[in-house]
Amino acid sequence: MIAAIGATSYLLLAAALFAIGAFGLLIRRNPLIMFMCVELMLNAANLTFVALATQLGDINGQTAVFFVMVVAAAEVVVGLGILVSILRRRPGATADDLAELKG
Amino acid sequence: MSDATFLEYVVFFSAAIMILGGAVGVIALKNPVHAALGLVLTLFGVAVQFVAMEAHFLAAVQVIVYAGAIVVLFLFVIMLLGVDESIDLSIEPIPIQRPLAAVMAVGLVGLLGAAIVRAEDALVINPGSGIDTAQETGNNDANIQQLAANLYGDHVFAFQLTSVLLIVAVVGTVLLTRKWPRNTPDSESSDA
Repeated sequence: MIAAIGATSYLLLAAALFAIGAFGLLIRRNPLIMFMCVELMLNAANLTFVALATQLGDINGQTAVFFVMVVAAAEVVVGLGILVSILRRRPGATADDLAELKG
Repeated sequence: MSDATFLEYVVFFSAAIMILGGAVGVIALKNPVHAALGLVLTLFGVAVQFVAMEAHFLAAVQVIVYAGAIVVLFLFVIMLLGVDESIDLSIEPIPIQRPLAAVMAVGLVGLLGAAIVRAEDALVINPGSGIDTAQETGNNDANIQQLAANLYGDHVFAFQLTSVLLIVAVVGTVLLTRKWPRNTPDSESSDA
């Protein structure tokens, strides 16, 4: 018998983590911190996947987490690349300064 | 839930405090470097929860990929751009944004929590075939072997697509951040 603590506890924890990430994404203006908040939300989703995989006895949930991690890594690489090229041109830019498409 | 031992509760709540404390640190700390360290705390807490749920391979990958590679990438960009100084958090460009965001976050937790508690006794329509654990099978590699059979069996096409995704991401990033040679005299103003 594994995971004697029920999935409900893990799901509530993941919900709280997701809400903190979403709140941070809305209130912070530094693009780097906003990316970190997206990572928090992705981790909340991962926690949900593993909790339900354990409860339902289905390994597909753990495989889904594997794919989420790959996509998260690709997302961070591309996002930070964009950020580097923006901030190289406009040092100290916040999300509010990037409201227009022209450089 | 009643058959959980005291030690399991200790592990769960310690890791939960790590996760939530780190997450609050990410959104509340002024210095981006400190926020990145808060992110490390959260990621380690999630790894502990993975171990508690017998997902050993994912816990290892969580530490190596997230806490190792991704946070180091964040720190690298912070250092590279020289933005490792404190930010004034009292600036609020849109006056009502923070109260509205707080309402949204509380509402999200309330709705999700209500749905999760309501669904606690829900009927399981289509249960899986079970997850192998080292304790039950006597095989220490049970989790990684079952995961590998699933990944390279049922999901092998998606697995190959992720390699395409990673190649595209790496090439795209190199193209994005590369400084191209400029021929036109007004390249400084026309460059986006």
